[in-house]
Amino acid sequence: MKTNSRIEKILGQGGFVVTSECGPPRGADSEVVRKKGELLRGVVDAVNVTDNQTAVVRMSSLAACAILKGMGLEPILQMVCRDRNRIALQSDILGAAALGINNVLCLSGDHQKFGDHPQGKNVYDIDSIQLIQTVCRMRDEGRFLGGEEIKGKPLMFVGAAENPFADPFEIRAARLGKKMKAGCEFIQTQCIYNMERFSRWMEMVCERGFHEKCAVLAGVTPFKTAGMANYMKKNVPGMDVPDEMIERMKGVPKEKQAEEGIKICVEQIQQLREIPGVRGIHIMAIEWEAKVEEIVKAAGLFPRPEIE
Amino acid sequence: MRLSYPSNVKVVKLPCTGRVDVLLILRAFESGVDGVYVAGCMEGECHFLRGNLRARRRVEYVKGLLEEVGLGGGRVEMFNMSASQGQRFAQFAREMTERIRLLGPSPVRK
Amino acid sequence: MIVGNRKDFKEILEKLGPRRRVLVLGCNECVTVCGVGGEREVGVLASELRLFWKKEGETFEVREHTLERQCDCEYIDQIRGFADEYDVILSMACGAGVQYVSEAYKTKLVLPAVNTTFLGVTIEQGVWSERCQGCGACILDMTAGVCPIARCAKSLLNGPCGGSSGGKCEIDNETDCAWQLIVDRLKESGQMERYEEILPVKDWRSGREGGPRKRVREDLKL
Repeated sequence: MKTNSRIEKILGQGGFVVTSECGPPRGADSEVVRKKGELLRGVVDAVNVTDNQTAVVRMSSLAACAILKGMGLEPILQMVCRDRNRIALQSDILGAAALGINNVLCLSGDHQKFGDHPQGKNVYDIDSIQLIQTVCRMRDEGRFLGGEEIKGKPLMFVGAAENPFADPFEIRAARLGKKMKAGCEFIQTQCIYNMERFSRWMEMVCERGFHEKCAVLAGVTPFKTAGMANYMKKNVPGMDVPDEMIERMKGVPKEKQAEEGIKICVEQIQQLREIPGVRGIHIMAIEWEAKVEEIVKAAGLFPRPEIE
Repeated sequence: MRLSYPSNVKVVKLPCTGRVDVLLILRAFESGVDGVYVAGCMEGECHFLRGNLRARRRVEYVKGLLEEVGLGGGRVEMFNMSASQGQRFAQFAREMTERIRLLGPSPVRK
Repeated sequence: MIVGNRKDFKEILEKLGPRRRVLVLGCNECVTVCGVGGEREVGVLASELRLFWKKEGETFEVREHTLERQCDCEYIDQIRGFADEYDVILSMACGAGVQYVSEAYKTKLVLPAVNTTFLGVTIEQGVWSERCQGCGACILDMTAGVCPIARCAKSLLNGPCGGSSGGKCEIDNETDCAWQLIVDRLKESGQMERYEEILPVKDWRSGREGGPRKRVREDLKL
């Protein structure tokens, strides 16, 4: 074991990992984070804390992670390259490690155009793959990007995201390979709706043996309504929602759609578990954390393993 | 045909409306005209293939400039007609004269 | 070439304030080619000013003049004889030209009439597109001749991100995904294996981040 990460330990024992996410509030109220944390306690192995997702200003990921950590949960610090240069990123990694945070997820970040400050300047000093390299170097070699020695290495389990549905499709597995080569130990995927395309991607990943060094956690997001399914298909970049799925949501009365969404999600998890190479599930229940427990239980992933 | 059209229309002959230039129209306004219209061939029938289409874009551009300076984009227009359509030529001359009359004299002239 | 957009007429008027003796100064280089600040555009802006002030019944003097370049002092000197007759020089050059004219005429007010936007190419008559950000350390050999710094909205050296869709960028479907272009070009030139290489963290010191840049060639000095 390189770190104290709970997910690293579960994966090390050959276990199946379940993660979920918590979007910090658009304000300074720590209670919001605590409430979300409470809903996920014992239900999942680790909780991603998003970093100003969709470029909308929120409570910092690091602060929300610290709150969750204080509650005894296992946070995954999401870090985007959009808002910080290499100095700030490395500094926050040290800070996170000092606060006992064991996991980091390295991301490019959505372009600020989609957020509430489209006038802002982005940074992109380094990109997500280089951030993976940076964190691994800090941990394994005990050196900063600049070469100076680190006193007190940050022991982080390093992850990244990958979107199997983005284009160009033919390099999507190769891109995961690059992340793996950079040192990435786990991948959480974009929400999967198109099982067929995901399976093809997973085959490409396994063919090249990437899955052995880098655990793939398959991402799912339950639909609340047929409208949401439609919105995701049409407006969320890099999202692939098959028409049959939207039709299925539309096919049930409005008051039953949430239930149907959960049902679809549970079925998806069951299918994903059968796909070779999938090492876990990442449930992104957007502002719907209350349903994660139900999904985990219905999918037969409860209770979560005890870890020392 | 001996058709009549308003005597206030001063004709500037060009080999093709493709020769119409943004500056040419602006200079006309600077010299105090109340309006300018460009009479081009029917679209798709330009002897030089795209001259009248280019002229239309330039007229649109000038509309924007005239809006900016406060003269109003309505003082410039593009019309299409074939060489044999004398009736149509006279009709547009009347139409444009009427439009400009409603807009009043160019504020540049006061 | 350097590409720009002309400022709105309203903004130009606001910046001119009460000044009515204006020298509209064009540049015969890049801004002429991209139709923003050459002799013709000088004519259009001068004409707009004259029409506006005539309409307002004001007295004014607008002179049109276009220099070979506004980024070389020997050309800037050519207006020395008459620059003093004007309250303001309204420069239609890129930001470099505006500054150099301003440096040469320290007592004069020099205003920009153009927003300088990018280093780019002519895609077709009337259409220009960004290609370079002048980072000072060219990597085009590693990216199949497509610059991700200038052309990827996130300047990703190891793209594409998850927002690439149908060859377009997530910021809008008019913008090509630079990394799709790179992958296509790698494929066309039979170098797909290059995609597997991780491009290292960039040393931005050669770019703007290292402070204002200067180039000296001793052998060319007089």
